[in-house]
Amino acid sequence: MPAKIAVLAKQVIDPEMPMAAFQIDSNAKRVVTPPNIPPVVNGFDENAVEAALQIKDSQDVSVTVISSGSSFALDVMKKPLSMGADELVLLQDDAFDNSVDSFQTAQLLASAIRKLGGFDLIICGRQASDWDNAQVPLGVAELLGISCVALGKKVELKDDRVVVERLIPDGYEVVEASLPALVTVSNELGQPRYPTLRGIMAATRKRPTIWSASDLELDGGEMEPRLTLHDLFVPVSNTECEIIEGDDEVDAGRKLALRLREENFF
Amino acid sequence: MAEGNGVLVIGESAGDELSLASQEILAAGRKVADDLGQELAIAVFGDAVDAVAQAAIAQGADKVYAVTSPLLAQFQVELNLAAAETLCRETSPAIILVARTNQGREVAPRLAFRLGVGLAQDCLEVSADTSNGKLLANRPVYGGNAVAVISCNQTPQVAAVRPKVYAPLEPDSDRQGEVISFPVDLDDSMVRSRVIEVVKEEAEGVKLEDASIVVSGGRGLGGPEPFAQLEELARLLGGAVGASRAAVDSGWVPASYQVGLTGKTITPDLYITIAISGASQHMAGCSGSKAIVAINKDAEANIFKEARYGVVGDWETVLASMTETVRELVQE
Repeated sequence: MPAKIAVLAKQVIDPEMPMAAFQIDSNAKRVVTPPNIPPVVNGFDENAVEAALQIKDSQDVSVTVISSGSSFALDVMKKPLSMGADELVLLQDDAFDNSVDSFQTAQLLASAIRKLGGFDLIICGRQASDWDNAQVPLGVAELLGISCVALGKKVELKDDRVVVERLIPDGYEVVEASLPALVTVSNELGQPRYPTLRGIMAATRKRPTIWSASDLELDGGEMEPRLTLHDLFVPVSNTECEIIEGDDEVDAGRKLALRLREENFF
Repeated sequence: MAEGNGVLVIGESAGDELSLASQEILAAGRKVADDLGQELAIAVFGDAVDAVAQAAIAQGADKVYAVTSPLLAQFQVELNLAAAETLCRETSPAIILVARTNQGREVAPRLAFRLGVGLAQDCLEVSADTSNGKLLANRPVYGGNAVAVISCNQTPQVAAVRPKVYAPLEPDSDRQGEVISFPVDLDDSMVRSRVIEVVKEEAEGVKLEDASIVVSGGRGLGGPEPFAQLEELARLLGGAVGASRAAVDSGWVPASYQVGLTGKTITPDLYITIAISGASQHMAGCSGSKAIVAINKDAEANIFKEARYGVVGDWETVLASMTETVRELVQE
């Protein structure tokens, strides 16, 4: 049987949007979804799709993308399919708030993974660019009781194990883990591939599986909120920048060095 | 878990010493414990932890759990987690603090999930609400564009605190504390992953994390070659070279150079940015610098909102002239 790979992906507000479009509704304690700026698949999750497809390039594996959220832009979430993934499963319910509480999101995803019969390898982005929690993948691994390797920059699937080049502060380490395993990947994995025309055509024809809360086996305790959000605000910087000017750029560079010397920085 | 008591720090050793990140988090924990009128404990893991335990007491711990097993001699994540989980279940702390280091960023979420509780991740600040015993945590979200204030609903309340935010307490060798031996039963079958090779990719000279001056380059450099010029300035200043994610993603420098939300957090006295626009994701890794210098041709770039000193201009000309002047000044 071909190995089964799952990629967990999240739809997020485009982190590259202009800063001016970033607004907070402080009463609702939410970031306002910017009008006219479409959401994107979380960047690190696209790296995860790429990691899965690199394995698929040389081995007979299936790649299923799973996402959880309260609403989806289907054309956005189909991007992994157009890159080459086989299937898309969307966990969609008004109750799937998908923001502050990683615990709930991990429970939903773990429940869907069980319902899909489990996977040999689950690949996830290291964190989502909205809440930057970096918790859901590790939580899913714990809930499923499987191996977990975080911060991969290269992922290889061998017979009964996964070999990961894992980032550490001064380089990387090569880690071997038993299957089933969950691996998170970072941007160091490399640029995700572009969708091909054939991929886009195939993705158009594919219909995602959509499950709501009632399709998943969840008990109340699992879905009880773990965190309370008290406030959400934009931090203010009060640094006054001293712009150093000169007769020309050469002079400005010289004056900058002199100014830093005067302040005893060196 | 039942209502707990006390603040527990999950400690890390660096050789025979308590790691700097653990020293910092003891300072954070001391304040929270004092405000709540509770005890501050730290767990240290290993097969011989006496020196580390004494250092922890001198730096603020009331109690040290010396968590010992022959299998804890080297850090291995599943064994460390199993030991930490056993300790947490037996001692029922109200609050657990973990430094969000390379180890902590993996241990904290996995420990919280094992205990069935929430985690306040990557906190810039933790404080106690004395009216209800809640730990309030400030954490950056949306790449640092916003800050969320959160608390955990269940006990224990777990927080992972970003390194280099808190300063360690001055060691006081007269401080008294209790060392409690806590042997744990671990089993090699818990191990699901093994490190088979370690590859170092760091620049020679001063470490980026430890440098008091850092010269960092971004997308605007246009290629890998200009990093030689940054290195020259860094060498003259006795500093290190860093980079933005854009420069790393372009393959100009290794990932170990990256400063930012998903790279290194650094707090130098002087952070000199060359052709870096200053996106919040980058600033998340350097906003603790004492002073930031910006050299950028775009006067509207965000970096000028965060910098103390700035030059608007072509980086190549400004940097060359600045480097020449620095060379003359240091040779005097």
